[in-house]
Amino acid sequence: MSSLRSVTWATIAKDIRLEWRSKDALNSMLFFSLLVVVIFSFSFDPTAEESREIAGGLIWVAFLFAAVVALNQTWARELRNQVLDAYRVSPAPATALFLAKALGNLILVSLLEALMAPLFMIFYNLRALGPAWQLIPVALLGTWALVVNGTFFAAMSLRTRSREIMLPLLLFPISIPAVQSMVEATRIILAGDGNARFWIILLLTYDVVFTTACLALFETVLQAE
Amino acid sequence: MKRAFPIFAVPTALLLGYAFYEAMWVAPMERTMGDVQRIFYYHVPSAWTAFLLFFVNLVASVTYLVRRNPKADAVALVSAEVGVVFCTIVLVTGPIWARPVWGIWWTWDIRLTTTLVLWLIYVSYLVLRRFSDSSQTPKLAAVLAIFGALDVPLVYFSIWFFRTQHPQPVIGGGGSIDPRMLHVLLINWLAFSCFAVMLCWARYRLERLHREVEEAESMESLHESTR
Repeated sequence: MSSLRSVTWATIAKDIRLEWRSKDALNSMLFFSLLVVVIFSFSFDPTAEESREIAGGLIWVAFLFAAVVALNQTWARELRNQVLDAYRVSPAPATALFLAKALGNLILVSLLEALMAPLFMIFYNLRALGPAWQLIPVALLGTWALVVNGTFFAAMSLRTRSREIMLPLLLFPISIPAVQSMVEATRIILAGDGNARFWIILLLTYDVVFTTACLALFETVLQAE
Repeated sequence: MKRAFPIFAVPTALLLGYAFYEAMWVAPMERTMGDVQRIFYYHVPSAWTAFLLFFVNLVASVTYLVRRNPKADAVALVSAEVGVVFCTIVLVTGPIWARPVWGIWWTWDIRLTTTLVLWLIYVSYLVLRRFSDSSQTPKLAAVLAIFGALDVPLVYFSIWFFRTQHPQPVIGGGGSIDPRMLHVLLINWLAFSCFAVMLCWARYRLERLHREVEEAESMESLHESTR
């Protein structure tokens, strides 16, 4: 158990330090989602009332696309110098590597969301009519739902041709219930009609089911070469 | 095995012809919908067949991950391919029927959406198989099949919240059906299942041959390079 924790921690610390020094993924994600926000607001030009209804969808679609940018780079660093091969022969648990990568992506995408959410509020004149604090569990659970499967499928698509396009093709169909839950929960909270509890529970279930599946099957994917 | 295939194929073709005759001329006309209702005899059997094949795919994928038997992988590939074909038939015949009856082509109803998502998942499964050309493709595909199967109940629950517009299931559901219609439906289902088995069988043999050829080719090139 201690090796799991130390390997996970070491890998996260290394990835975050690398990202902090280069800021490649964060900058490209930030600019990308900024572009999406601007293009969406040109294409829809909604009133305050309408934007409450559609903002949930816009926000999450923008974050989904931006997350793919980060997820695609997850394993690229480890391919150079055969780091993954070294990992395969080392006694370190495979789940630690997976957990570290998924948590690293969670931190990165959450940071992006924290920076972009105020911009959405400004561009779409948003003010939550429901309990706004519920947006935090929705955002955390939703982001985890995207990155846990995204990290896993990014590892799977390492072995395919044109792997950059492969990731969204695998990730989006599986993510449909998660995206729907995030969008509906956000819409309910922003418009203040009804209770978002059902969707939060569904998101939680999704997270538990797929985190378990990823941890159980990652070893198989890592060893596939 | 080679001789068994035509022995199976001829009765399947006859059964399909008979089922077509039953569906078009014998089954009674539906009172409100008229002739367009007859698409039901193709829509429902295709759906059942597609779901059955996707289930076969899941079982074969799990079997492959446990046993690493290449035959199980071939079964998984074949059932996914034929399943996608039948699922496409469901998704095409559905709107053709819905347009005159409901007045709309499509609605985000529970069964429609679940079927569409299932179709998307299995198309992505086939895309993965197509784009991945290492010897590890079967393993990755089997993992994706398990993820897809885990996703289906979640999709179902996420849409369950909305009011459902699709007619209730006629078998074991709240709906009622004329016994003559049920008879025709079951004959069509039998015919479609036999047809699906036949397709899978042919495709399975093709896949096995294809792999044998590939293996022989790589052996040959190995042989040449050592000479």
